[in-house]
Amino acid sequence: MTPEMLIGSITLFVLSIFLGVELITKVPAMLHTPLMSGANAISGISVVGALLGANVAYDGGQTVVSGILAFVALVLAMINVVGGFAVTNRMLNMIAGKKRGA
Amino acid sequence: MFEDWVSFGYLLSAVLFVIGLKKLGHPRTAPKGNQYGMMGMGVAVITTIIDMHLMPGGIVGWTIIGAGILIGSIIGYIMAVKVEMTGMPEMVALFNGFGGAASALVALSETWKWIETTSPEAGLETTVTVVAAGLSALVGWMTLTGSLLAMYKLKGGIEVFGKWIRTPTWGPAWLNPVKGLLFISVLALIYLSIEDPTNTDYLWAIIGISCVLGIILVLPIGGADMPVVVSLLNSLSGIAAAFTGFIINNSVLIVAGSLVGASGLILTVIMCKAMNRQLIDVLFKSFGGSEKQELTRTKVGSDADEVAMMADGAQKIIIVPGYGMAVSQCQHQVKEFADLMADKFDTEIKYAIHPVAGRMPGHMNVLLAEANVPYEQLIEMDEINSEFSECDMAIVIGANDTCNPAARTGEGPLAGMPIIDADQARTVVIIKRSLSVGYAGVDNDLFYEDKTMMLFGDGKAMMTDLNNAIKEL
Repeated sequence: MTPEMLIGSITLFVLSIFLGVELITKVPAMLHTPLMSGANAISGISVVGALLGANVAYDGGQTVVSGILAFVALVLAMINVVGGFAVTNRMLNMIAGKKRGA
Repeated sequence: MFEDWVSFGYLLSAVLFVIGLKKLGHPRTAPKGNQYGMMGMGVAVITTIIDMHLMPGGIVGWTIIGAGILIGSIIGYIMAVKVEMTGMPEMVALFNGFGGAASALVALSETWKWIETTSPEAGLETTVTVVAAGLSALVGWMTLTGSLLAMYKLKGGIEVFGKWIRTPTWGPAWLNPVKGLLFISVLALIYLSIEDPTNTDYLWAIIGISCVLGIILVLPIGGADMPVVVSLLNSLSGIAAAFTGFIINNSVLIVAGSLVGASGLILTVIMCKAMNRQLIDVLFKSFGGSEKQELTRTKVGSDADEVAMMADGAQKIIIVPGYGMAVSQCQHQVKEFADLMADKFDTEIKYAIHPVAGRMPGHMNVLLAEANVPYEQLIEMDEINSEFSECDMAIVIGANDTCNPAARTGEGPLAGMPIIDADQARTVVIIKRSLSVGYAGVDNDLFYEDKTMMLFGDGKAMMTDLNNAIKEL
């Protein structure tokens, strides 16, 4: 890792935090839970890291432990992602779907 | 050359996340927002798989990766589809815990691989990896244990060998310095492991302390504050993903993680405001439970027939649902009552929704929507409060603090909380199991007014009785 890469990462980190703060302003109470649930599904993005980690499972045997850890992470992250989006979808259908239908 | 395309895929996915989060905040665009989020995740996963395929050596663990994706997707989907509407907050808490654990496990897996396959030397890379791994472990494991405890708190208890054990709420004042001490000790351990990166004892200690921290952070917090805590934990799991991104040097993890972290924190603050609470108070001051008022008054209960007689010929009835409706699952009986009244007397029925009624924001909307109550009849507090003075009857089902006039006096725990003006109605019917105080521990004057009729009992049983009584009119 070079200092340039680290600075790049920190820049991304700081700017994304500011963007995240600005993104959410006024949210009606009815949408608090779906928004929380949707954001929660997005935080399952560590699935990307788990995929990269799980790929090395057969890589020589030295890294078996780390492969197993990555596999468990992959399963948990996928539950978070798929379950999170599905549950958000259900909530939104209950709230917003009825509004359109009526 | 190819690296650039991978970065481009991650950029696209980050843009989709931003649009998704933005759209999720508005009622009209929320379903679209969720779809953008899904697309963003899809793009990120596909980009990663292509990236791995094109890496020197390609994908060596196809079966492992395929199995992991498949198992996780199936479990997640089944859990999401099977869960009852009332169990949603618990489910979100559980998923959130899994997300935090996933980030922490990826960090652990990378650290492990790094210790075993390289001989770390002091330098920038070592420092960054150790610090990021330590912080990711702190936040991730804390999120896991905190979320699991939050889930059982939302459920109210846990069944062990057939015995129901209530989830305790316990938080003496000395617990706060302990939290601070544990937090500082984790930071100290991270600092120590920069000097000695291969010492796994530090790693285990960090993980252990973080797990304890998650538990003692959530333990003192009362049940009704749980949505705020779950939202905060959600923010933390985003931050954990961002720290993990620093370890594996992955831009999309950093961007998506910090986006969720920041927007989740803002959402937490918004939720606190709706409950007229300060985030700091929620986290560090035990609330309710200890200083509950003693009841010194009594009120004679009414019965369903009496209430039905009062409801006879009513022109306008406003229903005020609360947590009690969720517990007794009586939304279908409530809807039946509304239909009966509309058929028999052409009564106008509306529902007054307090922003924090129930166990999560939007709880009442979801339950009533499940019973097919038309959306236009659900009115938010600010809009409906002026209508109570012209309504014949307000029916409060399992709500207490949200319509307690004590909030207007400016004293006590409820001071300043916006309430539903149910006391302005000509007659007030309150369905509740007893006169006991609500979550805030304040006695409710509304119960003792002459125009108030108390129906003591379970929401479902009482609504069924009431419906039968209306049919017999």
